[in-house]
Amino acid sequence: MREELALLPLYGTAHLRLTLAAVFLGAAFSIPTGIWLTRHRSLEQGVLGVASVIQTIPSLALLAIMVPALAALGGFTSRAFGVPVPAIGVLPALIGLTLYSVLPILRNTVIGISGVDAALVEAARGVGMTDRQQLWRVELPLALPVIVAGLRTAIVWVVGMATLSTPVGAPSLGNYIFAGLQTRNLNAVLVGCVAAAVLALSLDSLVHLLEVGIRRRRPLPRRIAIVLLLLLYAYAAGSFALEGLHAGGAVRVGSKTFTEQYVLSEILVRTIERTGVAAEAVPSLGSTVAFDALRSGAIDAYVDYSGTVWATVLGRDRAGASREEVLREVREALERDFGIHVLGALGFENAYALAMRRRTADQLGIRTISDLAVHAPRLAIASDYEFFSRAEWASLERAYGLRFREQRTMDPSLMYEAAGHGDVDVISAYSTDGRIEAFDLRVVKDDRRAIPPYDAIVMASEDLVRDRPEVARALARLAGTIDAERMRHMNFAVDELGKSPGAVAEEFLRSAGHKNPVLSEPSRTPGD
Amino acid sequence: MIELRTLTKRYGDSVAVEELSLTIDRRECLVLLGGSGSGKTTTLKMINRLIEPTTGEILIDGEDVRGLAPHELRRRIGYCFQRIGLFPHLTVAENVGITPSLLGWSEERIRGRVEELLRLVELDPAEFAERNPDELSGGQQQRVGVARALAAEPRVLLLDEPFGALDPITRDRLQESFRRIRQELELTAVFVTHDMVEAILLGDRIAVMNRGRLVQVGTPRELVESPADDYVAELLSTPARQARAVERLTSREAVG
Repeated sequence: MREELALLPLYGTAHLRLTLAAVFLGAAFSIPTGIWLTRHRSLEQGVLGVASVIQTIPSLALLAIMVPALAALGGFTSRAFGVPVPAIGVLPALIGLTLYSVLPILRNTVIGISGVDAALVEAARGVGMTDRQQLWRVELPLALPVIVAGLRTAIVWVVGMATLSTPVGAPSLGNYIFAGLQTRNLNAVLVGCVAAAVLALSLDSLVHLLEVGIRRRRPLPRRIAIVLLLLLYAYAAGSFALEGLHAGGAVRVGSKTFTEQYVLSEILVRTIERTGVAAEAVPSLGSTVAFDALRSGAIDAYVDYSGTVWATVLGRDRAGASREEVLREVREALERDFGIHVLGALGFENAYALAMRRRTADQLGIRTISDLAVHAPRLAIASDYEFFSRAEWASLERAYGLRFREQRTMDPSLMYEAAGHGDVDVISAYSTDGRIEAFDLRVVKDDRRAIPPYDAIVMASEDLVRDRPEVARALARLAGTIDAERMRHMNFAVDELGKSPGAVAEEFLRSAGHKNPVLSEPSRTPGD
Repeated sequence: MIELRTLTKRYGDSVAVEELSLTIDRRECLVLLGGSGSGKTTTLKMINRLIEPTTGEILIDGEDVRGLAPHELRRRIGYCFQRIGLFPHLTVAENVGITPSLLGWSEERIRGRVEELLRLVELDPAEFAERNPDELSGGQQQRVGVARALAAEPRVLLLDEPFGALDPITRDRLQESFRRIRQELELTAVFVTHDMVEAILLGDRIAVMNRGRLVQVGTPRELVESPADDYVAELLSTPARQARAVERLTSREAVG
């Protein structure tokens, strides 16, 4: 718990900053637009309709869409003006959150102002107010409670949704939740959720205080609220500036959203730091976000898998390709087409593999996927979010004619448990996952080699290789140092023994010298 | 003096007011009388440009009302209407002082004026100035409404059925106050009502309107003695008939 709390200032501040900025921008756009709409009633339905449609886009998708959209925009601006636009990090999160905050504020502004009694508008005109005076002296004060209610709704929504900035590369309280769920660290999840709730409630009460102060015309609560809000904004802006100064030269190492990735990114970060260069982790990126991030220079390095790049980036789906072939094709194509360097293969594969309960497999006599195909119509399969839409699954279906009774998608952290308890029969496991053993599952052999090999490879940007050759050399030395056995142990240590990825990475680097793979066997108590 | 010259207001195909010409003398109270849909309120609102006429013109003391921006015009003309429209987020004093504050009067001057006006409409400033409008009775609210309309010392006052929603006793008291105030301040007033008795009690002259047209203008006596048509005749005979009916009933009760 102490380890989690130590990160609270960092994540909490980032979260607060995103929320304040998004709501500020949302209000700065929505309140004037809402007022304008009450003067142009014919456009009201159209504009509110657009805002409602934005609201119906699932929030995670809305944020994730910003990444390729900004990458495309960045490609254009850097060609046209030589100014790149960062595709991951704070910008996509901020845009998504701002869009999300528009609807409640906009709608409440329109409702609040058009809800002002017609007699009062007539009186305002009758006593000789200009349009502007009518707005400021009559309509806005009377609509204030409704507008503020919209603002409060927006704040609560944005605080909640800002936890989803983590997968697009903006740190937030979501870092606790994403990493915590993947590494089965409930403390982290708890800290993230409680902190977000406290933040939402505090900001909400602060705005409420401001509203009461204005409406009841009490200067004291109004002043307190204004001063507190100004302090918050000053803190947010100050911390942002300070971080900007601070983080100038650090090498940024990305990771995707599962345990192995957290451990590997920590190993990379620590390896870089040992060369005397500052490095920081950018954890929990969405699967394709990580690649886009490396391509656009938002991160400098991360670990991906040869088969993944081969299938999803290069679009290959030839069955039966060997480990070496895939690795060579990936290395060449990445360097030629994307300017991305493959610094080395770590020495293990983390392949997609179909796994099932050992007992069921024995009963049915299933050893290979060919065996499995016979029983599949009576069995249920579960996979992570992406597997069923990936080329590998299509290839499996084609090679074996697989047809299951039921296909389900679930969070990878729940998949193993579901298989272990027999809620589903087959899962798309990751071959290095410690939970295969923990839940007594068996990997079913891909006898027709429909799934390509998945060597873990360290990938780095052109800039890193050119500007920091010593870092690239240090990372290249990690090649061949982690075999599948060791990776499984490290995953197990995090998932089942409750160690932090950082601690496991540290242990690895210390024990290593890389030749003597004595990783402490899983015998310690959790909470270490 | 207010001159309305061949005023017409059309909404699409329908005509709300048709070629209406009328002159209201200085210090006169002219009542615009008619049923609903007669065009009386539209006529009134064209004077302070809450409604713009389709054709025709309006002169106040010889000057075209279109010579001023609408808000500047309205600051010079008091306006009072049935729904009153006191601003609920302002105190009574702030409501009364609103037009002076728009005109940029000093706070000192506004405070003095507000007190003077509250006394004029028979509300004790000490008791009422700092109250919120929703703490007042309907009659008190309309007194504040009248005070607000008079705040910037207008020469002209427009009233759109101001006492229509009040109970008879309160209405009677406010009518009484209004007569006194109008004489004290030598105001030119245009008063819209559908109530014949009110028209006779308050109007120096009555202009009868029906379906957007001016039917007849004259003093109450002129109208009673020589109504222009059956509509006017019936309109004017109504209060007398009612009065007789009331008298009959009450005297019978007295006998019984």
